[in-house]
Amino acid sequence: MSDTALDPFADNPKKRTSLVQGGLNFGQVTEKVCNVIEGNFGKAWWMCLSVSLSMLGLLGISIGYLIWEGVGIWGVNNPVGWGWAIVNFVFWVGIGHAGTLISAILFLLRQNWRTGVNRFAEAMTLMAVACAGIFPGIHIGRVWAAYWMFPLPNQMGLWPNFRSPLLWDMFAVSTYATVSLLFWYVGLIPDLATARDRATSKIRKIVYGIFSLGWTGANRHWQSYERAYATLAALATPLVLSVHTIVSFDFAVANLPGWHTTIFPPYFVAGAVFSGFAMVISLLVPIRKIFKLEDLITMRHLENMNKIILATGTMVGYAYAMEFFIAWYSGVELETFAFVNRAFGAPFGWAYWIMVTCNVITPQLFWFKKIRTSITMMFILSIFVNIGMWFERFVITMTLHRDFMPSSWGGYTPTFWDVSTFIGSWGLFLTLLLLFVRFVPMIAIAEVKIVMPESDPHHGEEH
Amino acid sequence: MAHEKVKKVVEEKPYGIIGQFSTPKAVYHAAEKFRDAGFKKFEVYSPFPIHGMDDAMGIKPTKLPWLILLCGITGLTAGIVLSTWSSSETWLFGIKGGYKMIISGKPDGFEGIYEFIPVIFETTILLSAFGAVFGMIGMNGLPRLYNPLFKHDHFAKATDDGFFIAVECKDPLYDVNKVKEIFEKSGGDNVTEITD
Repeated sequence: MSDTALDPFADNPKKRTSLVQGGLNFGQVTEKVCNVIEGNFGKAWWMCLSVSLSMLGLLGISIGYLIWEGVGIWGVNNPVGWGWAIVNFVFWVGIGHAGTLISAILFLLRQNWRTGVNRFAEAMTLMAVACAGIFPGIHIGRVWAAYWMFPLPNQMGLWPNFRSPLLWDMFAVSTYATVSLLFWYVGLIPDLATARDRATSKIRKIVYGIFSLGWTGANRHWQSYERAYATLAALATPLVLSVHTIVSFDFAVANLPGWHTTIFPPYFVAGAVFSGFAMVISLLVPIRKIFKLEDLITMRHLENMNKIILATGTMVGYAYAMEFFIAWYSGVELETFAFVNRAFGAPFGWAYWIMVTCNVITPQLFWFKKIRTSITMMFILSIFVNIGMWFERFVITMTLHRDFMPSSWGGYTPTFWDVSTFIGSWGLFLTLLLLFVRFVPMIAIAEVKIVMPESDPHHGEEH
Repeated sequence: MAHEKVKKVVEEKPYGIIGQFSTPKAVYHAAEKFRDAGFKKFEVYSPFPIHGMDDAMGIKPTKLPWLILLCGITGLTAGIVLSTWSSSETWLFGIKGGYKMIISGKPDGFEGIYEFIPVIFETTILLSAFGAVFGMIGMNGLPRLYNPLFKHDHFAKATDDGFFIAVECKDPLYDVNKVKEIFEKSGGDNVTEITD
């Protein structure tokens, strides 16, 4: 089959080109992916690493000073008791959701194109969850008492409150981090074995050998492996929906106008997927170029992800509109005020419009195929989405500054340490990302081979 | 050298015969031949799972789902017990749960189970996932860092683009010439005897 006769974007799957382009065979796919981790990275990688490590150092300093001095170094006050820490927490958790969506939900829906991007997206999930996990731990004030979030009784036999969304959050996020890690690792085992078998140095052979657990690709192993993988996908699907639902409960269960709405769970989940896919695009566009992976991460992969961004962005836009409508329709004065103030009031009306512009208006450009398949445009729009989604969480959290009573109204100004902690969390994210692309096969080699037509044992036979 | 002589004596134990194929199709049909010849202790090695290979080899489905179910039920029970017991004054194995605390005017203990659903759900998922991953690793006999097959010169290709069948000498039908004949008929390359 020649690629020229077929259209990569055809609606009819039979007329589409293969997901792997450039006429690669099994060996060349292995070669292409493994070259990335076996090659010499040179100066550029070390320079990126030194920048991200400095940012990580900033995180360390910020957290160190926070522990020494207390949360007073942040801009939080009364009534705005939740500041950037929670904004950043929700931002990072949300980004993680695209990875699970690609690895689990698209797997259950038999979307074969996921194989090109799932490993990278899952790794992004883990890095984002690692960043998110920091904030609930450090925002509590007395960091050494963070273990109070765990289900342990204190010295008087008093347990944490199992009715609290914050405790649900602790269960949801830690389960999510664990299951995502296991899912990612299970997917990695065959590819680590590939890296082991190709290793030339003794150290690589030993390290990849240990992590690949002695995988041989025996069919009896593949049998339970595939079953375990499919089951994990089926488990991770409701899990990922539950995680952001519970994150939204952190807000929605509070009796605060602007937070206490039933639309929050689906709205948060759609927003999370939206922001996560945007982050995948922002990172993959340069990476596929740098490492010459265009044959494996094709334009079709990118276009499909842009379609998901368009769909989820529209859902988010619907949620914004519906929130507003219900606030007015409810006839509750406080509710109406909260929303009108969010959009038009001082001091954060401008943030609301950044959010609407970046999340609702600009992603609509993806209706045009030209824009959807333009590398430059998709990169720019995905950055917009990242910005917009951060501002969404900012707008929601800042609802706190207008309380029920005008006498307790307040404002909020982030301090240097708010900003440095956020930049520092990017340092952690980028450091993990750089280490990932350096040492771990960033495309699921075995899974890509399954979607190649040659992998079918009846390939080429007449039916 | 004396040292080498000792090594040679130890290595004498045979493991089986391995042969290489170049396509999924070839290894699939070869597996069918071994199955039809009545072999049981043979295994197909491939860089990715081959669709329909379980039937071609004549092996039964894995029992892993039952283990996952068991783990899931354990997680469900653990979640229910943890959340309801710790928020009531129930005694369990001689330990008192917690205090009867009315929070937001809502019932406690088992009656308040609706509010504990998130926690119960998460523990169920967590233990099921442990069951799936560690069950899979355990059932496959991993980690196994030594494997006689690794001594085969071409076996590194099994995680790249090579497809292999290894017949163990433990199989009651094992006969070097017969196995080699099947390999030859089905187009196997690099057919080699392996020692343990």
